[in-house]
Amino acid sequence: MMAPEPVLTSKEDLIPYAFDGTAALSQMPGAVVFPRDAEQVSRLLQWANRERVPIIPRGSGSGLSGGSVPTPGSVVMCLVKLDRVLEVDRKNLTVMVETGATTEAVATAVGAANLFYPPDPGSMKISTIGGNVAENSGGLRGLKYGVTRNYVMGMEVVLPQGEIVWMGNKCVKDVAGYNLKDVFIGSEGTLGVITRVLLKLIPKPAAKKTMLATFAEMEKAAETISAIIAAQIIPCTLEFLDRTTIKCVEDFAHIGLPLDCDAIVLMETDGHAAVVAEESARMEQICRAHGCTSVHVAKDDTEAVQLASARRAAFSALARVAPTTILEDVTVPRSELAQMIRFIQNVAKTDQLRVGVFGHMGDGNLHPTFLTDERNHAEMEKVEKALHKIIEETIRLGGTITGEHGVGLAKKRFLPRQLGETQLRVMRELRRVLDPAGVLNPGKMFD
Amino acid sequence: MDSTNTSAVSRLKGLDYRVLQQCMHCGLCLPVCPTYNDTKMERNSPRGRISLARAIADGRLDLTPEYAREMYFCLGCLACTSACPAGVNYAEIFEHARAAAEEARLLNSPLRRLIRWFTVKWLFMDLRRLLFVGRLLRFYQAIGLQRLIRGSGVMKLFPKRLQELEAMAPDIPAKFSAQLIAPVTPAQGTRRYRVAMLTGCAQDLIFSEVNRDTVEVLARNGCEVYTPPRQSCCGSLHGHNGEYALAQELARRNIDQFPPDQFDAIISNAGGCGSHLKHYAQLLEHDPKYHDRAHQWDAKLKDVHEWLAFIGLAPIKDLQAPKQKVTYHESCHLCHGQKITAQPRQLLKAIPGLDFVELPESNWCCGSAGIYNITQPEMAGKLLVRKMEHIKATGASVVANGNSGCLLQLVNGAKQTHQPTRVAHPMTLLAEAYRRADKAAGKS
Ligand SMILES: Cc1cc2nc3c(=O)[nH]c(=O)nc-3n(C[C@H](O)[C@H](O)[C@H](O)COP(=O)(O)OP(=O)(O)OC[C@H]3O[C@@H](n4cnc5c(N)ncnc54)[C@H](O)[C@@H]3O)c2cc1C
Ligand code: SF4
Ligand code: SF4
Repeated sequence: MMAPEPVLTSKEDLIPYAFDGTAALSQMPGAVVFPRDAEQVSRLLQWANRERVPIIPRGSGSGLSGGSVPTPGSVVMCLVKLDRVLEVDRKNLTVMVETGATTEAVATAVGAANLFYPPDPGSMKISTIGGNVAENSGGLRGLKYGVTRNYVMGMEVVLPQGEIVWMGNKCVKDVAGYNLKDVFIGSEGTLGVITRVLLKLIPKPAAKKTMLATFAEMEKAAETISAIIAAQIIPCTLEFLDRTTIKCVEDFAHIGLPLDCDAIVLMETDGHAAVVAEESARMEQICRAHGCTSVHVAKDDTEAVQLASARRAAFSALARVAPTTILEDVTVPRSELAQMIRFIQNVAKTDQLRVGVFGHMGDGNLHPTFLTDERNHAEMEKVEKALHKIIEETIRLGGTITGEHGVGLAKKRFLPRQLGETQLRVMRELRRVLDPAGVLNPGKMFD
Repeated sequence: MDSTNTSAVSRLKGLDYRVLQQCMHCGLCLPVCPTYNDTKMERNSPRGRISLARAIADGRLDLTPEYAREMYFCLGCLACTSACPAGVNYAEIFEHARAAAEEARLLNSPLRRLIRWFTVKWLFMDLRRLLFVGRLLRFYQAIGLQRLIRGSGVMKLFPKRLQELEAMAPDIPAKFSAQLIAPVTPAQGTRRYRVAMLTGCAQDLIFSEVNRDTVEVLARNGCEVYTPPRQSCCGSLHGHNGEYALAQELARRNIDQFPPDQFDAIISNAGGCGSHLKHYAQLLEHDPKYHDRAHQWDAKLKDVHEWLAFIGLAPIKDLQAPKQKVTYHESCHLCHGQKITAQPRQLLKAIPGLDFVELPESNWCCGSAGIYNITQPEMAGKLLVRKMEHIKATGASVVANGNSGCLLQLVNGAKQTHQPTRVAHPMTLLAEAYRRADKAAGKS
């Protein structure tokens, strides 16, 4: 194999690559390599095709569906050393980056040029741009600014057999042929290895306001959010945390979150100062009309950042309560939020399971997280059954089994139920055309 | 696996449910880990190290020398514990992992054995030995032998590592703590508290003036300070280097010497020591004779910044105070180990004439990390260069820091990079400010 140093093969080196951020999934790879450019990626893929060795693309391994978990005997292709921010173009409002750069590194680099890259997944400090594109990650600002897909203008991809291709450009409009690059966004490392991306940037918003509303009942919080959307207000952030999650987050962050309520909603509006003032006033009004117990306005930017960072820590903080955290990613039309929350609460109650719920409420994206212990097999079985019920209800309400974390291994068994046979067949055929030998991330998403 | 190896493995197994499984491998600790930042390889990250410990506990990996080396490559800076939302107790994993490595005698080269025996088991077990070596060093420096030897080029005959070590040898002050500080220093004004001050070992050897300044500041703030001349090491060096039994012995000695019920507070002025000193209860968990007192001890143990901020610093009035631009480098074990970040800044800002500037990456390890700069010079060197660059960029003439190991590392850093920056403990800056204020008041 023509890989640059180091090539990791010892047990001590490989064990830490056997998993990602997903609970209860683990498999040792055969080796780990760190390509430094597209050329090296290409050579590795050609070798893999000759030798029939599975290649697992990997960023920082913060994924929550097992997308970068190895298959037996595979080579993990870790892209974190391909991490330069190549060009911030102030005239065209774009940035060109290598895909191993972290989301935060990109946000900081463009921030220095007074520009703004909005997608901010909870994991942004460590997740790579490659992982973000491959999962089409969302974030706390998805409601107003959209998800990663909305910012990808071009990309360099190494196809499974080793061809290097560039798709897209700095033009705002482009309808030359199929929009192929879109197929690679959210492809979870199954169709190609993304080595460079050209991202769209926007000017930094002039003003922003962050607020925290507390509720005595979760359903009231959900209703409030549906009402804000129905009132045609699109703030940049509408995040939600339930009682269990609030307590865990406060234990970590110590920022004085209210502990005596059933739910909090974190709201942020940004843009022109006058619009910000008006939107925040209207949101406060709606919160009060829907029975919130209090509304607190962040006094300055420091507090606003603290609140957002605390929210980002929610998922990991839940591990304070139980060693295994099985996280869901269901998303429903926003009119159905209260119904979905009610359903989750009932399932947890009847099945006697502990659950913490948080999520990107404004996107209709919920993360009910079961707090359990993977060694307690009886309880794990109950969790599995509860998941099935939640998935069924989601689909019944016109929702999706995954809003942003992807299918990977964790949601694979639910995908046929979501997509139906025809869609699945077209996807299979597309994958076979690009990767006839099946070397790239085999077994992920579907077989 | 032989029997020592089995018992060492059981040390990690004992941790399993409580701490190992707590890590849900989200990776949020990766960006703050200096070793991961440098190599970008998972095994050099907190998440990776925890997964290896867990693999050993689960029986998927033997306790191997490779693993032991990894745990000695870890700085033990605990930045990961500040970043971890899940509350993983990495400090405990770290100490048990190193202890397991020592028990299984995994890294057994004769040179390593000698160095460890000399430092961990002999030198730092008895203050008299340490002071004796200190005197020897002082003598060596005072008679100009150091200059002579350095100038003669004799050192060049020795292996590079030894040359570097020689260059790192600290300047030993003319007097040790016991010669500078009375066993009991009365409070100035009304006595509000009775406290004990731990003079430390390395601290005492190299920074005895810092101890004197600390006692002075405490006394000026209504504390009667009890400072017996012969004290023991806190045991952190032992705890962090896999010598659990010795660490326990030192903990017992300290509890005996400073019965916690006799003081309002037991004060440490070194971040690294304080962080360890606050966990005697955990260390003596299975010692029925000491367990209760160890709990009391932990509750009474206060870092000096924490204590002064808590009791309220007596104001310093000085209109003529000279202007000085000061930045602050945080000791890992003060900010990550003890979560004390606001208080030292607050105290520094109370100094008249002082212009406080934040240091970028102030809570990023400087590479000192106990004896890490001796055992892992390459990584330590990189971290020091990074630190010195940031300090330079602030334009500060003084960098303040509350831990002897870091102070020493920074002094060396300034020397190496020819930076004129002064390195000082906040207590020294405070004591100077009080003295200046006295003088100014006396004159007017
Ligand atoms: C605490 C926490 C909070 C999170 N919050 C959010 C959130 O708010 N929103 C959200 O959407 N997600 C969130 N996530 C999930 C996760 O962080 C994202 O999916 C992220 O994009 C993964 O990036 P990564 O670099 O870690 O990728 P990895 O986990 O390493 O890989 C993810 C997938 O991408 C593929 N891949 C990686 N790099 C490439 C590449 N260059 N080319 C082709 N394929 C590639 C891998 O094969 C794998 O299938 C969170 C995770 C954690 C742990
Ligand atoms: S130590 Fe904490 S932050 Fe790091 S991976 Fe484990 S749970 Fe996440
Ligand atoms: S203690 Fe420091 S070096 Fe060690 S794993 Fe934690 S952050 Fe990394």
